[in-house]
Amino acid sequence: MAKLNLLLLLVLVVCALGLVTSQHKARKLFSDLDREQQRERQLDIVYGQLQLEASTWSLHARVGKIAAGTLGMHVPDPRRVVVVTRPAEAKR
Amino acid sequence: MSLAAAPALVRLPVWRARFVLAAFMLVFAVLVGRSVYLQAMKTGFLQEKGEARYSRVMEVPATRGRILDRNGEALAVSTPVKSIWVIPDDVKASREQKKRLAALLGLERRELNRKLAETSRDFVYLKRQISPDTAAKVEALGIPGVYQQREYRRYYPGGEVTAHLVGFTGVDDAGQEGIELAFQSSLAGQPGSRRVIKDRLGRIVEDVESIRAAQDGRDLTLSIDSKIQSLAYSALRNAVALHGAKAGAIVALDVRTGEVLALANVPSYNPNNRSHLSGAQLRNRALTDSFEPGSTLKPFTIAVALEHHRISPSTRMQTAPGKLTIGSYTIHDAHPESTLSVAQVIQKSSNVGAAKIALELPRQQMWNMFERVGFGAPPQLRFPGEASGKVRPWQTWRPIEQATMAYGHGISVSLLQLAHAYTVFARDGVLVPLTLVRTGAPAHGVRVISRRTAREVRDMLELAVQPGGTGPRARIVGWRVAGKTGTAHKQENGGYAAHKYIASFVGFAPASNPRMLIAVMIDEPAGSEYYGGLVAAPVFAQVMQGALRMINVPHDAPLEPLELPGKGDDAKEGT
Repeated sequence: MAKLNLLLLLVLVVCALGLVTSQHKARKLFSDLDREQQRERQLDIVYGQLQLEASTWSLHARVGKIAAGTLGMHVPDPRRVVVVTRPAEAKR
Repeated sequence: MSLAAAPALVRLPVWRARFVLAAFMLVFAVLVGRSVYLQAMKTGFLQEKGEARYSRVMEVPATRGRILDRNGEALAVSTPVKSIWVIPDDVKASREQKKRLAALLGLERRELNRKLAETSRDFVYLKRQISPDTAAKVEALGIPGVYQQREYRRYYPGGEVTAHLVGFTGVDDAGQEGIELAFQSSLAGQPGSRRVIKDRLGRIVEDVESIRAAQDGRDLTLSIDSKIQSLAYSALRNAVALHGAKAGAIVALDVRTGEVLALANVPSYNPNNRSHLSGAQLRNRALTDSFEPGSTLKPFTIAVALEHHRISPSTRMQTAPGKLTIGSYTIHDAHPESTLSVAQVIQKSSNVGAAKIALELPRQQMWNMFERVGFGAPPQLRFPGEASGKVRPWQTWRPIEQATMAYGHGISVSLLQLAHAYTVFARDGVLVPLTLVRTGAPAHGVRVISRRTAREVRDMLELAVQPGGTGPRARIVGWRVAGKTGTAHKQENGGYAAHKYIASFVGFAPASNPRMLIAVMIDEPAGSEYYGGLVAAPVFAQVMQGALRMINVPHDAPLEPLELPGKGDDAKEGT
C-alpha cells in the first residue's frame, strides 16, 4: 500500500512539473505570437503611411503640373493617337 | 445597600452563560459554512477576486478600413496618432519642463497652466491627435502624471477633390459624412481584447491570453477613378470661377457597368483641416440637392410620345409664333420658328414644341416614364441624404403643368438622378442600376423604352450638339457626342427669379457605342453667359475628352479640329 502511495506521489510530482512547464511554454509562445502580431500591425501602419505618401506625391494635379511645367510635356494631339482593339474585344 | 446587592450580581443564572456559548457556536458554524461554500462549492469567486488584483483585460483597437479608388489609390487612410492626457493632481513639473511641454504641444503657457489647474478632474486632454514623433518627445520629458493614448486619425490624400464623396470621420473615428458614414459598419471593424498581468505600477508584466482578436475594418474599393475625378473637379472649379457662379456639380458614369466614375462639387473643402467650414461647402449638391432641370428633361417627353407612336422624329410641329398661351401663362421660345420637326424640337430646344407634344399625351403615360427612369425616388446608392426629387402624382396635373413639365419645370431631380435617367438613351432603352462600389462587370438593367425609341432619341441628341443645335461646344475631337443642354430659371420664394439660372448639360460618348455619361450643373452663373450650351457644355467636353482618352476608347469620328460657332447665339434656349 505504501509503495503504491509513493508511486502515485511520484506520478503526481511529474505531472505537476509537466503542467508548469507546458504553462510556461504556452505563455512564451503567446508572447512570441503577440510580438509578431505587433510587428504585423506596425508594418501595416507603415504601409498605410507609405500609401498615404504615395498618394500625396502622385496627386493628379501635382503630376500634371510637373509634367507640363518642369518637364515640358503635353497631352498628345488626338490625331496622333491610335487606339487599337484587342481581337477578343473586336469580335464582340 | 450596595454591599447587600453585590453577591446577587456575582451569581448569574446558568442559562445566560449557555446562551452566550450557543451564540458563539452559531456564529462559528456560519463562518465554517461560508468558508466551505467558498472553498469547495463556489471556487471561482475567490480566484476571480485574486486575479483581479493583477490581471487586466485590455482593449485592442481595430484599424479602420481604407477607402481606395478603382485602381487601388488611397482616398482615405487611418494612421495612428497619440493623444496626451493628464491627471492634474499628479503632475509634478518644473517651470522648464512646463515650458518645453507647452512648446511641443503648441499650446500657450497660460492655457497649459489653466488645464493643469483643474485638480478636481481626473482626466484632462492636453492635446488630441498629435504625431507619434511629437508624442515620443513628450514621453522623453518624463513628467509624472502625463499619459498618452493611442488613437487613429484619418487622412484624405485626395483633399478637396474627393471631399464630398468620401466624406470624413469625427474625432472618435466614426463616419460623419459621405462614404465614411454610408459604409461605417464594414469600415469600422471590431475592437478585440486580451488579458494581461500588470504589476502594482500598471506596467504589463506578462501577456496571458487573447480573448478576442481585433477585427480590422474591411478596405472599400470605390467605383471612382481618381484621375477622372480630379479632371472633373478641376474643370468644374475653373468653370464656376470663370462664370462667377455660386456652385456647381458634376457626375460621370460608366454606361456599361453603372459605376459612378466621378462625382464632384464646388465649392469644396479640405477634409484634413475642417476648422472653418460653411454649410455651402459641405453640401454634396450632385446627390442631395434637387433642382428643376429645364430642357434636359425634353428627351424624356419626346421618348414617351415616340414610344406610344404619337409622333415620329420627322413629324412637323407648328411652333409659330414662338409662344403658346395656356390659361394665363405663356410659354416662350428663345428662337421663334414657324415649323420644326420633332428632331429639331430637341436640336433647337423648343419649349413650345415640347409643350405641344406633351399636351397630346395622357398624363399617366408621362408620369410612368418619369417614375420608371427613377425620378421622385432616391437612387439607392446607400449614400446619406440622397435627394429623391419631386414628381407630383399625375392625377393632380393641370394642362399648364403638364406642358411645363415637358421642358423640365414643375418637376425637380438631383443631378445624379438626371445622369442615371439618361442611361436609358445610352443603353438602348435599358436603365442601369448605379453603384459607388467597383463591380467591373457589365450591369443588367431594366428595359424602360424600346431599342428603337432610344436610338431615335439618341440621334436627336447627337443633332443637338452639332452646329445649329444648342450645345455645339460639347463636341470633342475624335468621338461622336450626344447630349442635351438645359437652362432653367431658378425657383425663389414660390416664383421664378428673373435673372438667376441653373445651366446644365447631360450627354454621353461615343455616340456609336456609348461608354461614358457625364452630367454637369452650374448654379447661378453670373454675367451675360448663362446658357447651358455656353457654361456647362464646355465642362462636359473637357472632361469627356480627357476621360475617354484615359480609358482608351476607340475613336468613332474623324480626327479633325472642331469648328466652334461664333459668339454662341445658337446656344440660346428658352429653358
